[in-house]
Amino acid sequence: MDGFLHTYLIPGVIIVAQSLLLLVLLLISIAFILLADRKIWAAVQMRRGPNVVGPFGLLQSFADLLKFVLKEPIIPSGANKGIFLMAPLVTVTLALAGWAVIPFDAGWVIANINVGVLFLLAISSLGVYGTIMGGWASNSKYPFLSSLRAAAQMVSYEVSIGFVLVAVLLCVGSLNLSDIVLSQQTGLGTKVGLPGSFLDWYWLPLFPMFIIFFISALAETNRPPFDLAEAESELVAGFMSEYGSTPYMMFMLGEYAAICLMCALTTILFLGGWLPPINVAPFTWVPGIVWFALKALLVFFMFGMVKAFVPRYRYDQLMRLGWKVFLPISLGMVVVVAAVLQIMGWAP
Amino acid sequence: MILQALFFYLFSAITVASALMVIGSRNPVHSVLFLILAFFNAAGLFLLLGAEFLAMLLVVVYVGAVAVLFLFVVMMLDVDFVELRQGFLQYLPVGGLVGLVFLVELLLAFSGWVFAPELVSQPVTPIPPLATMTNTAAIGQVLYTHYIFFFQIAGFVLLVAMIGAIVLTLRHKPNVKRQVIADQVHRSQIVEIHTVEPGKGI
Repeated sequence: MDGFLHTYLIPGVIIVAQSLLLLVLLLISIAFILLADRKIWAAVQMRRGPNVVGPFGLLQSFADLLKFVLKEPIIPSGANKGIFLMAPLVTVTLALAGWAVIPFDAGWVIANINVGVLFLLAISSLGVYGTIMGGWASNSKYPFLSSLRAAAQMVSYEVSIGFVLVAVLLCVGSLNLSDIVLSQQTGLGTKVGLPGSFLDWYWLPLFPMFIIFFISALAETNRPPFDLAEAESELVAGFMSEYGSTPYMMFMLGEYAAICLMCALTTILFLGGWLPPINVAPFTWVPGIVWFALKALLVFFMFGMVKAFVPRYRYDQLMRLGWKVFLPISLGMVVVVAAVLQIMGWAP
Repeated sequence: MILQALFFYLFSAITVASALMVIGSRNPVHSVLFLILAFFNAAGLFLLLGAEFLAMLLVVVYVGAVAVLFLFVVMMLDVDFVELRQGFLQYLPVGGLVGLVFLVELLLAFSGWVFAPELVSQPVTPIPPLATMTNTAAIGQVLYTHYIFFFQIAGFVLLVAMIGAIVLTLRHKPNVKRQVIADQVHRSQIVEIHTVEPGKGI
Protein backbone atom coordinates (compact mmCIF):
# COMPACT_ATOMS: atom_id res chain seq x y z
CA MET A 1 0.00 0.00 0.00
CA ASP A 2 2.89 2.28 0.83
CA GLY A 3 4.44 1.54 -2.56
CA PHE A 4 1.17 2.37 -4.29
CA LEU A 5 1.04 5.68 -2.43
CA HIS A 6 4.54 6.70 -3.44
CA THR A 7 4.61 5.36 -6.99
CA TYR A 8 1.14 6.33 -8.18
CA LEU A 9 -0.90 8.45 -5.83
CA ILE A 10 1.45 11.29 -4.90
CA PRO A 11 2.95 11.76 -8.41
CA GLY A 12 -0.57 11.51 -9.82
CA VAL A 13 -1.88 14.25 -7.55
CA ILE A 14 1.13 16.44 -8.34
CA ILE A 15 0.67 16.00 -12.09
CA VAL A 16 -3.04 16.79 -11.89
CA ALA A 17 -2.32 19.90 -9.80
CA GLN A 18 0.34 21.08 -12.27
CA SER A 19 -1.95 20.48 -15.23
CA LEU A 20 -4.80 22.37 -13.58
CA LEU A 21 -2.52 25.30 -12.79
CA LEU A 22 -1.24 25.35 -16.37
CA LEU A 23 -4.75 25.13 -17.80
CA VAL A 24 -6.10 27.96 -15.64
CA LEU A 25 -3.17 30.26 -16.42
CA LEU A 26 -3.37 29.32 -20.09
CA LEU A 27 -7.09 30.02 -20.37
CA ILE A 28 -6.72 33.40 -18.66
CA SER A 29 -3.82 34.27 -20.98
CA ILE A 30 -5.86 33.20 -23.99
CA ALA A 31 -8.66 35.53 -22.89
CA PHE A 32 -6.26 38.47 -22.97
CA ILE A 33 -4.49 37.27 -26.13
CA LEU A 34 -7.87 37.17 -27.89
CA LEU A 35 -8.43 40.74 -26.81
CA ALA A 36 -4.91 41.68 -27.95
CA ASP A 37 -5.66 40.18 -31.35
CA ARG A 38 -8.77 42.33 -31.72
CA LYS A 39 -6.94 45.42 -30.45
CA ILE A 40 -4.06 44.94 -32.90
CA TRP A 41 -6.50 44.45 -35.72
CA ALA A 42 -8.40 47.55 -34.70
CA ALA A 43 -5.26 49.66 -34.34
CA VAL A 44 -4.06 48.78 -37.84
CA GLN A 45 -7.46 49.82 -39.23
CA MET A 46 -7.45 53.00 -37.09
CA ARG A 47 -10.37 51.85 -34.98
CA ARG A 48 -10.53 51.68 -31.18
CA GLY A 49 -11.45 48.02 -30.87
CA PRO A 50 -13.30 46.70 -27.80
CA ASN A 51 -13.10 49.45 -25.17
CA VAL A 52 -16.31 49.34 -23.15
CA VAL A 53 -16.11 46.41 -20.72
CA GLY A 54 -13.57 47.18 -18.01
CA PRO A 55 -10.64 49.62 -18.29
CA PHE A 56 -9.48 49.79 -21.95
CA GLY A 57 -11.89 46.93 -22.66
CA LEU A 58 -9.67 44.51 -20.76
CA LEU A 59 -12.61 42.40 -19.56
CA GLN A 60 -14.21 42.07 -23.01
CA SER A 61 -13.26 38.39 -23.38
CA PHE A 62 -14.85 37.54 -20.03
CA ALA A 63 -18.03 39.34 -21.02
CA ASP A 64 -18.03 37.34 -24.27
CA LEU A 65 -17.55 34.16 -22.28
CA LEU A 66 -20.59 34.92 -20.14
CA LYS A 67 -22.64 35.75 -23.20
CA PHE A 68 -21.73 32.51 -24.97
CA VAL A 69 -22.33 30.32 -21.93
CA LEU A 70 -25.71 31.86 -21.10
CA LYS A 71 -27.10 31.51 -24.63
CA GLU A 72 -29.17 28.55 -25.68
CA PRO A 73 -27.23 25.87 -27.60
CA ILE A 74 -29.05 25.05 -30.82
CA ILE A 75 -28.57 21.74 -32.58
CA PRO A 76 -29.97 21.66 -36.14
CA SER A 77 -32.64 19.01 -36.60
CA GLY A 78 -30.82 17.31 -39.49
CA ALA A 79 -27.49 17.26 -37.68
CA ASN A 80 -25.76 14.15 -36.46
CA LYS A 81 -26.13 15.04 -32.79
CA GLY A 82 -23.27 13.06 -31.24
CA ILE A 83 -20.61 14.08 -33.73
CA PHE A 84 -21.97 17.62 -33.85
CA LEU A 85 -21.30 18.05 -30.13
CA MET A 86 -18.07 16.03 -30.18
CA ALA A 87 -16.38 18.23 -32.80
CA PRO A 88 -15.83 21.34 -30.61
CA LEU A 89 -14.77 19.09 -27.72
CA VAL A 90 -12.17 17.43 -29.94
CA THR A 91 -10.86 20.80 -31.11
CA VAL A 92 -10.46 22.29 -27.66
CA THR A 93 -9.12 19.13 -25.99
CA LEU A 94 -6.44 18.58 -28.61
CA ALA A 95 -5.33 22.19 -28.61
CA LEU A 96 -4.98 22.19 -24.82
CA ALA A 97 -3.34 18.73 -24.70
CA GLY A 98 -0.44 19.98 -26.80
CA TRP A 99 0.63 22.30 -23.98
CA ALA A 100 1.62 19.32 -21.83
CA VAL A 101 5.00 19.00 -23.53
CA ILE A 102 5.88 22.71 -23.84
CA PRO A 103 8.89 23.63 -21.66
CA PHE A 104 8.36 27.14 -20.26
CA ASP A 105 11.70 27.25 -18.46
CA ALA A 106 14.52 24.83 -17.68
CA GLY A 107 12.65 21.85 -16.22
CA TRP A 108 9.25 23.63 -16.22
CA VAL A 109 7.39 21.07 -18.27
CA ILE A 110 4.59 18.71 -17.30
CA ALA A 111 5.53 15.82 -19.59
CA ASN A 112 9.21 15.85 -20.55
CA ILE A 113 8.86 13.11 -23.18
CA ASN A 114 11.52 11.96 -25.62
CA VAL A 115 9.34 12.50 -28.67
CA GLY A 116 7.93 15.93 -27.77
CA VAL A 117 8.16 17.30 -31.30
CA LEU A 118 6.36 14.29 -32.74
CA PHE A 119 3.68 14.63 -30.08
CA LEU A 120 3.07 18.24 -31.13
CA LEU A 121 3.04 17.24 -34.80
CA ALA A 122 0.49 14.55 -33.98
CA ILE A 123 -1.64 17.01 -32.01
CA SER A 124 -1.63 19.59 -34.75
CA SER A 125 -2.41 17.00 -37.40
CA LEU A 126 -5.35 15.79 -35.33
CA GLY A 127 -6.72 19.33 -35.11
CA VAL A 128 -8.28 18.81 -38.52
CA TYR A 129 -10.78 16.32 -37.08
CA GLY A 130 -12.62 18.93 -35.08
CA THR A 131 -13.14 20.93 -38.26
CA ILE A 132 -14.04 18.04 -40.51
CA MET A 133 -16.41 16.43 -37.99
CA GLY A 134 -18.11 19.74 -37.26
CA GLY A 135 -18.57 20.48 -40.94
CA TRP A 136 -19.96 17.07 -41.78
CA ALA A 137 -22.20 16.70 -38.74
CA SER A 138 -23.87 20.08 -39.39
CA ASN A 139 -25.56 18.51 -42.42
CA SER A 140 -25.40 21.78 -44.33
CA LYS A 141 -23.71 22.76 -47.59
CA TYR A 142 -21.42 25.63 -46.56
CA PRO A 143 -19.99 23.99 -43.43
CA PHE A 144 -19.36 20.83 -45.42
CA LEU A 145 -17.51 22.65 -48.20
CA SER A 146 -15.55 24.54 -45.59
CA SER A 147 -14.51 21.42 -43.75
CA LEU A 148 -13.30 19.84 -46.99
CA ARG A 149 -11.25 22.93 -47.72
CA ALA A 150 -9.82 22.99 -44.22
CA ALA A 151 -8.90 19.32 -44.31
CA ALA A 152 -7.02 19.62 -47.59
CA GLN A 153 -5.29 22.80 -46.41
CA MET A 154 -4.15 21.43 -43.07
CA VAL A 155 -2.87 18.16 -44.54
CA SER A 156 -0.95 20.07 -47.22
CA TYR A 157 0.84 22.43 -44.87
CA GLU A 158 1.63 19.69 -42.38
CA VAL A 159 4.04 18.28 -44.95
CA SER A 160 6.19 21.41 -45.07
CA ILE A 161 5.95 21.81 -41.27
CA GLY A 162 7.24 18.25 -40.99
CA PHE A 163 10.26 19.01 -43.18
CA VAL A 164 11.04 22.20 -41.23
CA LEU A 165 10.97 20.15 -38.04
CA VAL A 166 13.30 17.60 -39.63
CA ALA A 167 15.82 20.34 -40.46
CA VAL A 168 15.76 21.60 -36.87
CA LEU A 169 16.01 18.07 -35.49
CA LEU A 170 19.05 17.41 -37.67
CA CYS A 171 20.80 20.30 -35.94
CA VAL A 172 19.68 19.21 -32.46
CA GLY A 173 19.96 15.43 -32.59
CA SER A 174 17.00 14.94 -30.24
CA LEU A 175 13.22 15.06 -30.39
CA ASN A 176 12.95 16.42 -26.85
CA LEU A 177 11.75 20.04 -26.76
CA SER A 178 13.97 20.96 -23.80
CA ASP A 179 16.99 19.57 -25.64
CA ILE A 180 16.07 21.69 -28.65
CA VAL A 181 16.17 24.84 -26.52
CA LEU A 182 19.37 23.84 -24.73
CA SER A 183 21.16 23.12 -28.01
CA GLN A 184 20.58 26.77 -28.97
CA GLN A 185 22.91 27.92 -26.17
CA THR A 186 25.77 27.52 -28.61
CA GLY A 187 25.56 28.29 -32.30
CA LEU A 188 26.76 30.69 -34.97
CA GLY A 189 27.51 33.49 -32.48
CA THR A 190 29.61 31.40 -30.11
CA LYS A 191 31.48 29.89 -33.06
CA VAL A 192 32.96 33.33 -33.88
CA GLY A 193 33.77 33.98 -30.22
CA LEU A 194 30.81 36.12 -29.04
CA PRO A 195 29.10 35.29 -25.72
CA GLY A 196 25.84 33.35 -25.98
CA SER A 197 23.24 35.58 -27.61
CA PHE A 198 20.27 35.66 -29.95
CA LEU A 199 22.68 35.02 -32.83
CA ASP A 200 22.96 31.41 -31.64
CA TRP A 201 19.29 30.62 -32.07
CA TYR A 202 18.15 28.64 -35.08
CA TRP A 203 16.30 31.51 -36.77
CA LEU A 204 19.61 32.72 -38.19
CA PRO A 205 21.23 29.56 -39.63
CA LEU A 206 17.86 28.18 -40.70
CA PHE A 207 16.40 31.51 -41.79
CA PRO A 208 14.30 30.39 -44.80
CA MET A 209 12.91 27.57 -42.66
CA PHE A 210 11.88 30.09 -39.99
CA ILE A 211 9.81 32.01 -42.54
CA ILE A 212 8.34 28.83 -44.02
CA PHE A 213 7.43 27.58 -40.56
CA PHE A 214 5.78 30.88 -39.66
CA ILE A 215 3.65 30.93 -42.81
CA SER A 216 2.83 27.23 -42.53
CA ALA A 217 1.79 27.76 -38.93
CA LEU A 218 -0.62 30.46 -40.14
CA ALA A 219 -2.07 28.02 -42.67
CA GLU A 220 -2.15 25.13 -40.23
CA THR A 221 -4.18 27.10 -37.69
CA ASN A 222 -6.52 28.56 -40.33
CA ARG A 223 -5.41 32.09 -39.56
CA PRO A 224 -5.84 34.89 -42.10
CA PRO A 225 -4.63 35.19 -44.88
CA PHE A 226 -5.27 31.45 -45.10
CA ASP A 227 -8.66 31.35 -43.36
CA LEU A 228 -10.33 29.86 -46.42
CA ALA A 229 -12.26 27.51 -44.17
CA GLU A 230 -14.24 30.40 -42.75
CA ALA A 231 -14.10 32.88 -45.59
CA GLU A 232 -17.22 34.85 -44.71
CA SER A 233 -17.73 36.23 -48.20
CA GLU A 234 -17.99 32.72 -49.64
CA LEU A 235 -18.99 30.31 -46.90
CA VAL A 236 -20.88 32.36 -44.26
CA ALA A 237 -18.87 31.29 -41.18
CA GLY A 238 -17.44 28.09 -42.58
CA PHE A 239 -17.67 24.95 -40.53
CA MET A 240 -18.95 26.96 -37.56
CA SER A 241 -22.04 28.25 -39.38
CA GLU A 242 -24.48 26.00 -37.54
CA TYR A 243 -22.84 26.40 -34.15
CA GLY A 244 -23.84 28.80 -31.41
CA SER A 245 -23.35 29.48 -27.72
CA THR A 246 -20.95 27.19 -25.80
CA PRO A 247 -19.99 24.83 -28.68
CA TYR A 248 -19.09 27.86 -30.79
CA MET A 249 -17.07 29.31 -27.94
CA MET A 250 -15.19 26.02 -27.64
CA PHE A 251 -14.28 26.18 -31.32
CA MET A 252 -12.94 29.70 -30.82
CA LEU A 253 -11.09 28.68 -27.68
CA GLY A 254 -9.56 25.67 -29.41
CA GLU A 255 -8.53 27.80 -32.36
CA TYR A 256 -6.76 30.37 -30.18
CA ALA A 257 -5.17 27.67 -28.00
CA ALA A 258 -3.80 26.09 -31.19
CA ILE A 259 -2.50 29.47 -32.39
CA CYS A 260 -0.74 30.10 -29.07
CA LEU A 261 0.66 26.57 -29.22
CA MET A 262 2.13 27.32 -32.63
CA CYS A 263 3.61 30.58 -31.27
CA ALA A 264 5.19 28.65 -28.40
CA LEU A 265 6.51 26.03 -30.80
CA THR A 266 8.04 28.72 -33.04
CA THR A 267 9.67 30.20 -29.94
CA ILE A 268 11.14 26.85 -28.93
CA LEU A 269 12.31 25.82 -32.38
CA PHE A 270 13.74 29.07 -33.67
CA LEU A 271 13.87 31.73 -30.95
CA GLY A 272 15.72 29.90 -28.18
CA GLY A 273 12.78 29.18 -25.85
CA TRP A 274 13.53 30.50 -22.37
CA LEU A 275 17.12 31.61 -23.16
CA PRO A 276 17.87 35.32 -22.62
CA PRO A 277 18.64 37.35 -25.78
CA ILE A 278 22.19 38.07 -24.56
CA ASN A 279 23.75 35.82 -21.96
CA VAL A 280 25.18 38.63 -19.74
CA ALA A 281 24.27 40.07 -16.34
CA PRO A 282 21.09 42.19 -16.58
CA PHE A 283 19.42 39.79 -18.98
CA THR A 284 20.23 36.62 -17.06
CA TRP A 285 18.56 38.03 -13.91
CA VAL A 286 15.18 37.88 -15.60
CA PRO A 287 13.53 34.46 -15.10
CA GLY A 288 13.38 32.27 -18.20
CA ILE A 289 9.60 32.09 -18.33
CA VAL A 290 9.45 35.87 -18.87
CA TRP A 291 11.69 35.59 -21.91
CA PHE A 292 9.61 32.66 -23.15
CA ALA A 293 6.36 34.61 -22.76
CA LEU A 294 7.84 37.72 -24.39
CA LYS A 295 9.08 35.78 -27.41
CA ALA A 296 5.81 33.89 -27.78
CA LEU A 297 3.89 37.18 -27.57
CA LEU A 298 6.17 38.69 -30.20
CA VAL A 299 5.36 35.81 -32.54
CA PHE A 300 1.67 36.26 -31.74
CA PHE A 301 1.97 39.98 -32.51
CA MET A 302 3.27 38.99 -35.94
CA PHE A 303 0.29 36.64 -36.33
CA GLY A 304 -2.01 39.53 -35.45
CA MET A 305 -0.33 41.95 -37.83
CA VAL A 306 -0.49 39.46 -40.69
CA LYS A 307 -4.21 39.05 -40.02
CA ALA A 308 -4.66 42.79 -40.16
CA PHE A 309 -2.89 43.64 -43.38
CA VAL A 310 -2.58 40.68 -45.70
CA PRO A 311 -5.58 40.03 -47.95
CA ARG A 312 -7.01 36.53 -48.09
CA TYR A 313 -5.50 34.04 -50.51
CA ARG A 314 -7.48 32.31 -53.20
CA TYR A 315 -7.76 28.58 -52.66
CA ASP A 316 -5.68 27.52 -55.67
CA GLN A 317 -2.99 30.04 -54.67
CA LEU A 318 -2.95 28.50 -51.20
CA MET A 319 -2.47 25.02 -52.59
CA ARG A 320 0.17 26.22 -55.04
CA LEU A 321 2.10 27.89 -52.22
CA GLY A 322 1.98 24.75 -50.10
CA TRP A 323 2.82 22.11 -52.68
CA LYS A 324 4.82 23.93 -55.35
CA VAL A 325 6.75 26.47 -53.29
CA PHE A 326 7.14 25.40 -49.67
CA LEU A 327 7.46 21.67 -50.21
CA PRO A 328 10.39 21.85 -52.69
CA ILE A 329 12.15 24.57 -50.69
CA SER A 330 11.84 22.78 -47.35
CA LEU A 331 12.79 19.43 -48.88
CA GLY A 332 15.84 21.03 -50.50
CA MET A 333 16.78 22.74 -47.26
CA VAL A 334 16.69 19.42 -45.41
CA VAL A 335 19.23 18.06 -47.90
CA VAL A 336 21.37 21.21 -47.64
CA VAL A 337 21.30 21.25 -43.83
CA ALA A 338 22.15 17.55 -43.63
CA ALA A 339 25.02 17.98 -46.11
CA VAL A 340 26.46 21.02 -44.30
CA LEU A 341 26.27 19.29 -40.92
CA GLN A 342 27.97 16.19 -42.33
CA ILE A 343 30.72 18.01 -44.24
CA MET A 344 31.57 20.45 -41.45
CA GLY A 345 31.40 17.70 -38.84
CA TRP A 346 28.79 19.66 -36.81
CA ALA A 347 26.31 16.80 -36.71
CA PRO A 348 25.40 15.97 -33.11
CA MET B 1 2.33 -3.15 -12.58
CA ILE B 2 -1.38 -3.08 -11.76
CA LEU B 3 -1.75 0.24 -13.48
CA GLN B 4 0.02 -1.01 -16.62
CA ALA B 5 -2.25 -4.06 -16.72
CA LEU B 6 -5.33 -1.89 -16.26
CA PHE B 7 -4.30 0.42 -19.08
CA PHE B 8 -3.45 -2.55 -21.29
CA TYR B 9 -6.92 -3.99 -20.86
CA LEU B 10 -8.50 -0.58 -21.32
CA PHE B 11 -6.65 0.13 -24.58
CA SER B 12 -7.02 -3.35 -26.00
CA ALA B 13 -10.71 -3.60 -25.10
CA ILE B 14 -11.44 -0.27 -26.79
CA THR B 15 -9.32 -1.28 -29.81
CA VAL B 16 -11.19 -4.53 -30.30
CA ALA B 17 -14.59 -2.97 -29.65
CA SER B 18 -14.02 -0.09 -32.05
CA ALA B 19 -12.58 -2.45 -34.66
CA LEU B 20 -15.83 -4.40 -34.45
CA MET B 21 -17.80 -1.19 -34.76
CA VAL B 22 -15.85 -0.29 -37.93
CA ILE B 23 -17.52 -3.16 -39.77
CA GLY B 24 -20.67 -3.08 -37.66
CA SER B 25 -21.86 0.51 -37.82
CA ARG B 26 -24.37 1.48 -40.50
CA ASN B 27 -23.02 4.92 -41.24
CA PRO B 28 -19.70 4.80 -43.14
CA VAL B 29 -18.51 8.05 -41.55
CA HIS B 30 -19.04 6.50 -38.13
CA SER B 31 -17.00 3.52 -39.35
CA VAL B 32 -14.05 5.76 -40.19
CA LEU B 33 -14.33 7.55 -36.86
CA PHE B 34 -14.28 4.19 -35.07
CA LEU B 35 -11.25 3.23 -37.16
CA ILE B 36 -9.54 6.37 -35.88
CA LEU B 37 -10.42 5.39 -32.32
CA ALA B 38 -8.91 1.96 -32.95
CA PHE B 39 -5.69 3.55 -34.29
CA PHE B 40 -5.53 5.76 -31.24
CA ASN B 41 -5.79 2.91 -28.80
CA ALA B 42 -3.25 0.87 -30.76
CA ALA B 43 -0.92 3.85 -30.29
CA GLY B 44 -1.67 3.64 -26.58
CA LEU B 45 -0.63 -0.03 -26.62
CA PHE B 46 2.65 0.93 -28.30
CA LEU B 47 3.22 3.50 -25.55
CA LEU B 48 2.75 0.80 -22.91
CA LEU B 49 5.43 -1.26 -24.66
CA GLY B 50 7.84 1.68 -24.42
CA ALA B 51 7.77 2.25 -28.19
CA GLU B 52 6.89 5.94 -28.02
CA PHE B 53 8.29 6.70 -31.47
CA LEU B 54 6.08 4.11 -33.16
CA ALA B 55 3.09 5.32 -31.16
CA MET B 56 3.54 8.91 -32.31
CA LEU B 57 4.21 7.80 -35.88
CA LEU B 58 1.01 5.76 -35.88
CA VAL B 59 -0.94 8.84 -34.83
CA VAL B 60 0.79 11.23 -37.24
CA VAL B 61 0.69 8.99 -40.31
CA TYR B 62 -2.44 6.91 -39.93
CA VAL B 63 -4.72 9.16 -37.93
CA GLY B 64 -3.37 12.50 -39.14
CA ALA B 65 -3.05 11.73 -42.84
CA VAL B 66 -4.46 8.39 -44.02
CA ALA B 67 -7.67 8.49 -42.02
CA VAL B 68 -8.28 12.11 -43.06
CA LEU B 69 -8.21 11.00 -46.69
CA PHE B 70 -10.54 8.10 -45.86
CA LEU B 71 -12.94 10.46 -44.18
CA PHE B 72 -12.64 12.84 -47.09
CA VAL B 73 -13.59 10.17 -49.62
CA VAL B 74 -16.31 8.57 -47.50
CA MET B 75 -17.96 11.91 -46.74
CA MET B 76 -18.11 12.83 -50.42
CA LEU B 77 -19.28 9.44 -51.63
CA ASP B 78 -22.94 9.20 -52.42
CA VAL B 79 -23.38 5.44 -52.18
CA ASP B 80 -26.59 3.67 -51.34
CA PHE B 81 -25.33 1.39 -48.63
CA VAL B 82 -28.57 -0.56 -48.28
CA GLU B 83 -28.23 -1.61 -51.92
CA LEU B 84 -24.58 -2.41 -51.39
CA ARG B 85 -25.34 -4.68 -48.49
CA GLN B 86 -27.82 -6.85 -50.33
CA GLY B 87 -25.42 -9.40 -51.81
CA PHE B 88 -23.40 -9.42 -48.66
CA LEU B 89 -23.30 -13.16 -48.05
CA GLN B 90 -21.91 -14.05 -51.48
CA TYR B 91 -18.53 -12.63 -50.41
CA LEU B 92 -18.44 -14.97 -47.42
CA PRO B 93 -16.45 -17.86 -49.00
CA VAL B 94 -13.67 -15.62 -50.35
CA GLY B 95 -13.56 -13.48 -47.22
CA GLY B 96 -13.55 -16.56 -45.01
CA LEU B 97 -10.67 -18.06 -47.00
CA VAL B 98 -8.58 -14.89 -46.71
CA GLY B 99 -9.33 -14.74 -42.99
CA LEU B 100 -8.37 -18.37 -42.53
CA VAL B 101 -5.04 -17.96 -44.36
CA PHE B 102 -4.31 -14.88 -42.26
CA LEU B 103 -5.15 -16.70 -39.04
CA VAL B 104 -2.90 -19.68 -39.92
CA GLU B 105 -0.03 -17.36 -40.77
CA LEU B 106 -0.42 -15.48 -37.52
CA LEU B 107 -0.46 -18.76 -35.59
CA LEU B 108 2.68 -19.93 -37.38
CA ALA B 109 4.47 -16.68 -36.69
CA PHE B 110 3.52 -16.40 -33.05
CA SER B 111 3.97 -20.09 -32.20
CA GLY B 112 7.68 -19.45 -32.70
CA TRP B 113 7.74 -17.98 -29.19
CA VAL B 114 6.49 -21.27 -27.75
CA PHE B 115 8.08 -23.92 -29.95
CA ALA B 116 11.36 -22.33 -31.02
CA PRO B 117 12.29 -19.62 -28.51
CA GLU B 118 15.95 -19.92 -29.45
CA LEU B 119 15.18 -18.65 -32.98
CA VAL B 120 13.24 -15.66 -31.73
CA SER B 121 15.89 -14.71 -29.22
CA GLN B 122 18.57 -14.49 -31.92
CA PRO B 123 17.37 -11.98 -34.48
CA VAL B 124 19.72 -11.06 -37.32
CA THR B 125 20.24 -7.50 -36.10
CA PRO B 126 19.64 -7.29 -32.37
CA ILE B 127 17.94 -4.12 -31.22
CA PRO B 128 20.03 -2.43 -28.50
CA PRO B 129 18.41 -2.38 -25.05
CA LEU B 130 16.27 0.65 -24.19
CA ALA B 131 18.62 1.70 -21.41
CA THR B 132 21.46 2.49 -23.83
CA MET B 133 19.51 4.18 -26.61
CA THR B 134 16.16 5.88 -27.19
CA ASN B 135 13.96 3.84 -29.45
CA THR B 136 13.97 6.62 -32.04
CA ALA B 137 17.71 6.08 -32.43
CA ALA B 138 17.31 2.28 -32.36
CA ILE B 139 14.76 2.34 -35.20
CA GLY B 140 16.98 4.73 -37.13
CA GLN B 141 19.92 2.37 -36.76
CA VAL B 142 17.98 -0.66 -37.96
CA LEU B 143 16.27 1.16 -40.81
CA TYR B 144 18.97 3.47 -42.11
CA THR B 145 22.18 1.62 -41.20
CA HIS B 146 21.54 -2.10 -41.36
CA TYR B 147 18.77 -2.18 -43.94
CA ILE B 148 19.39 0.97 -45.96
CA PHE B 149 19.14 -0.79 -49.35
CA PHE B 150 15.78 -2.33 -48.54
CA PHE B 151 14.63 1.04 -47.32
CA GLN B 152 15.73 2.70 -50.54
CA ILE B 153 14.08 0.02 -52.67
CA ALA B 154 10.84 0.58 -50.74
CA GLY B 155 11.16 4.29 -51.36
CA PHE B 156 11.77 3.67 -55.04
CA VAL B 157 8.66 1.51 -55.32
CA LEU B 158 6.63 4.28 -53.70
CA LEU B 159 8.11 6.83 -56.10
CA VAL B 160 7.15 4.69 -59.09
CA ALA B 161 3.63 4.31 -57.70
CA MET B 162 3.38 8.07 -57.20
CA ILE B 163 4.55 8.83 -60.74
CA GLY B 164 2.10 6.24 -62.04
CA ALA B 165 -0.78 7.89 -60.20
CA ILE B 166 0.17 11.31 -61.57
CA VAL B 167 0.52 10.00 -65.13
CA LEU B 168 -2.90 8.33 -64.90
CA THR B 169 -4.69 11.45 -63.73
CA LEU B 170 -2.85 14.27 -65.50
CA ARG B 171 -4.76 15.70 -68.46
CA HIS B 172 -3.58 18.52 -70.68
CA LYS B 173 -6.51 19.98 -72.51
CA PRO B 174 -5.43 22.08 -75.53
CA ASN B 175 -7.92 24.96 -75.19
CA VAL B 176 -7.66 25.67 -71.49
CA LYS B 177 -5.97 28.91 -70.46
CA ARG B 178 -3.57 28.13 -67.66
CA GLN B 179 -2.46 30.55 -65.01
CA VAL B 180 1.20 31.53 -65.34
CA ILE B 181 2.31 33.02 -62.04
CA ALA B 182 5.59 34.39 -63.38
CA ASP B 183 3.79 36.46 -66.05
CA GLN B 184 1.42 37.92 -63.47
CA VAL B 185 4.20 38.87 -61.11
CA HIS B 186 6.16 40.62 -63.88
CA ARG B 187 3.38 43.01 -64.92
CA SER B 188 5.29 46.00 -63.59
CA GLN B 189 3.75 48.64 -65.90
CA ILE B 190 0.20 48.08 -64.71
CA VAL B 191 0.73 47.70 -60.97
CA GLU B 192 1.75 50.86 -59.12
CA ILE B 193 2.57 51.45 -55.50
CA HIS B 194 1.28 54.65 -53.85
CA THR B 195 2.37 55.86 -50.45
CA VAL B 196 -0.87 56.96 -48.82
CA GLU B 197 -0.78 59.25 -45.80
CA PRO B 198 -3.11 58.19 -42.97
CA GLY B 199 -6.48 59.91 -43.03
CA LYS B 200 -6.06 61.48 -46.50
CA GLY B 201 -6.45 58.82 -49.14
CA ILE B 202 -5.16 58.99 -52.69
